Amino acid sequence: MKKLPDQIIRISIIFTALILFTIVIRVFIIPEDLKEKGIFRTSAIKQELAKEIHYAGSEICVDCHEEQYDAKHNGYHKELSCEVCHGPSYEHSEEPDDATPEAPRKRKFCPVCHTYNLSRPTGFPQINPFAHNPLEPCINCHEPHDPRPLETPKECAGCHRSIATTLAVSPHVKLECITCHNTPEDHKINPRIVRPGKPTESKFCGKCHADGSSNREAPKIDISVHGENGEKYLCWQCHYPHLPEVD
Amino acid sequence: MLAVPLSTPTGGRLMNRLNFVKLLSKSAIILVTGNFFSTVLKGSSDTAAKAYTHMKRYALGIQIDKCIGCANCVKACKIENNVPRQPFYFRTWVERYIIKKNDEVVVECKEGGAGKLSTELEEREILRSFFVPKLCNHCDNPPCAQVCPVGATFKTEEGIVLVDDDRCIGCSYCIQACPYGARYMHPEKKTADKCTLCYHRIKQGLLPACVEVCPTQARVFGDLESNASPLTRLKRMKKIHVLKPELNTKPKVFYTDLDGEVK
Amino acid sequence: MNIASAHEGLTKLLEQVSGFIYPNEIEVHWSILIVVYPYLTGLVAGAFILASLVKVFNVTALKPTYRLALLTALAFLLIAPLPLLLHLGHPLRSWQIFFTPNFSSAMAMFGFVYAWYLMVVLLLEIWFDYRADLVNWGQTAKFPLNWFYRILSLFSKDVSPQAIAFDNKAVKFITLLGIPSAFILHGYVGFLFGSIKANPWWSSVLIPIVFLFSAIVSGIALVMLLYMVITPSRGKPIDMKCLDKVASFLLYAAIVDFSLEILDITHRLYESEESIKIITEMVVNKLFISLVVLQLLIGMVVPLGILIATKLANFNQELRKLLYFLAAILIQIGIFSTRWNVVLGGQMFSKSFRGLISYRMEMFGQEGFLMALTLLVVPFFILALLIKLLPPWGSTETLE
Repeated sequence: MKKLPDQIIRISIIFTALILFTIVIRVFIIPEDLKEKGIFRTSAIKQELAKEIHYAGSEICVDCHEEQYDAKHNGYHKELSCEVCHGPSYEHSEEPDDATPEAPRKRKFCPVCHTYNLSRPTGFPQINPFAHNPLEPCINCHEPHDPRPLETPKECAGCHRSIATTLAVSPHVKLECITCHNTPEDHKINPRIVRPGKPTESKFCGKCHADGSSNREAPKIDISVHGENGEKYLCWQCHYPHLPEVD
Repeated sequence: MLAVPLSTPTGGRLMNRLNFVKLLSKSAIILVTGNFFSTVLKGSSDTAAKAYTHMKRYALGIQIDKCIGCANCVKACKIENNVPRQPFYFRTWVERYIIKKNDEVVVECKEGGAGKLSTELEEREILRSFFVPKLCNHCDNPPCAQVCPVGATFKTEEGIVLVDDDRCIGCSYCIQACPYGARYMHPEKKTADKCTLCYHRIKQGLLPACVEVCPTQARVFGDLESNASPLTRLKRMKKIHVLKPELNTKPKVFYTDLDGEVK
Repeated sequence: MNIASAHEGLTKLLEQVSGFIYPNEIEVHWSILIVVYPYLTGLVAGAFILASLVKVFNVTALKPTYRLALLTALAFLLIAPLPLLLHLGHPLRSWQIFFTPNFSSAMAMFGFVYAWYLMVVLLLEIWFDYRADLVNWGQTAKFPLNWFYRILSLFSKDVSPQAIAFDNKAVKFITLLGIPSAFILHGYVGFLFGSIKANPWWSSVLIPIVFLFSAIVSGIALVMLLYMVITPSRGKPIDMKCLDKVASFLLYAAIVDFSLEILDITHRLYESEESIKIITEMVVNKLFISLVVLQLLIGMVVPLGILIATKLANFNQELRKLLYFLAAILIQIGIFSTRWNVVLGGQMFSKSFRGLISYRMEMFGQEGFLMALTLLVVPFFILALLIKLLPPWGSTETLE
């Protein structure tokens, strides 16, 4: 066998030393948990689990505050957990005397959720804080654990603000909501379960808009032939009833 | 159960081509690292054990048509998780979308949604408007965990993506790789930080803080593997969409009524 | 940097945001240091490719630049990891990248690519090439330098013709290995960016190749500059045959690089994907100077014109030198702008595609302008030291 060149031997020594050095560090010096394979890293999980809890969760509150719970449980605020308004209360749940959760009583608190905003879903109760009993703290009239309107709002706009705003500039502004929406009384108590009715056929609009209707102001059409195909479309598929646009 | 996650190593249940390529590359890596036998042996016993235990897979649903944009979630998250209070670091935030009649889209998110909303918009110009809460999507195929050079970001068995503070070197690569902007560099810890889905809470049976304080139940937390969880119910009853599905990150934050303008 | 000052800085940045960005996106995480990093590795790869032209492709005219190119590559490679290290939140944990890497991470491969390139390619090639000289200097130099050379030569003494022949063979073999390695070194840096699917500005298969060719361009231009500065300062004449040859290779590489860049831009505009609107806005509002003016016009079109002109027209030596010098300088500006545009451009638009973010460069501080400048200058000092210790012209000049 031919002898290995001198250079190769020298270089090999250096490289062997380097590789050995790496292996020694990797095998003997690096702590085991850093070499742990796979998706589960024990030390990090432990650390994560040890983090402090600030929000107690609403279940524990019932143990002491049954009265408030019962009041809330049947009212509009039933979906709210206590800490939405009372703030983080874990400490209080552990040592009730050491920490008192906040109990917001100022007027500026409730409007965080209940100020009218056009991006909010329709049906969510919203007010204009500048017009709605200015400066009066909300809790003077509304019990926060079972908030009810003092009297059921006469105006549907109490909840359906964005529709009311649209309607205000519409030719339909003079119509009452119940003209088109047959609304059971229970809708005011269980708004999401008991829903108002809606017209189901074009004939309904025809009461005012059909040729020969007794309504003098409404524009008239022959509803049997109006539209691209008289029977195919219902009126509100082209004309938004709260703001009927006419070309 | 139809929803077999592609990337959880439950092994052999759904052996499509993608998995095959993954397996190939994994075995190549194992061969290179030189502990082929130990990994293969350990791996097979793990799989067997898993088949008998019900492993939870936590995720979140968000009902856009219920969000009122109150930003209670944003504030509670900062408190629960000691997120820096400055308005530049968020584990969750709420965006407000306004789509005008001329199709122009205005999005705002002042102080993560907790800031004052602008009101100067003319209501008649607006076609539709809504709020969109956002957070880490806890992707099943997380690009952040893929790129982390030291494996500090990883996916737990429950499918939650976490950051190991002791391991993170603070290179920001994961922040670049996250398509959703869900990560930030913690100004004190100098490590990447993000939503943990309140891992310390849910493991004790509590709800994540943001879900706890949501006044309208716009946020729905649950176990995807359980048929009785509120989240599974939501997924059964509603049309569901996720953010940026085209990137194949397989997000696990499920939106109902998600508008196409939301990115 | 404490929280208060960070807060103040970010508040100022918030005012410069246009449109909508995700709230966490206000911070630009990869600063000028990460611009410097690919610039430095690019110079390394480019210089090495120039050196390998001599050994592998037997372009003998380039011989005067061979060792200079190798030492340049080494000097810049030694500094290349520093900008990465300095930008880390926890630099002291960086050893994890080498010892407990996450194999699915492109960045984790840095350790392997760097170690391979430094140890197996560059140092080994330099060692074999200089070995005979080192043995020689180990005997002739004064104490303690003679010991320094003896250690460097690993105490080898064999300068027999067979041993020298083996050295030459080894150099050739390593260079062969080195070309793909240099490609990997810089292609890999491109891949770091190109593989980020979340970012349409980066996510492109072309990026590694564009990086590679811009690297070759910048490396060749740098060695050309160094050769033109160092040779007269030693009182020696510039070898015009060599310089013309370097300029030719620079021209070829620049043509390929320019074509790739244009292809990239055309491809983006023609495909016109969802992100095109915000990317166009960014280029017009944030990157106009650095991309259109510096990178494309001054850094590429003008030097291309100059190099083509020197090829076509029959300029005299002095004018040619002047033009080469000018072209090489412009190319450096252009390639640095390329790095700037890739790295910072990728962070100046929101991933919501609805807004633009500003980057405000610090002057001082760990990620400031001065630090970046230092990192760009230090390699030249290292190179000066290397040239002093290992004169590149040691053997070649005596041979001539």
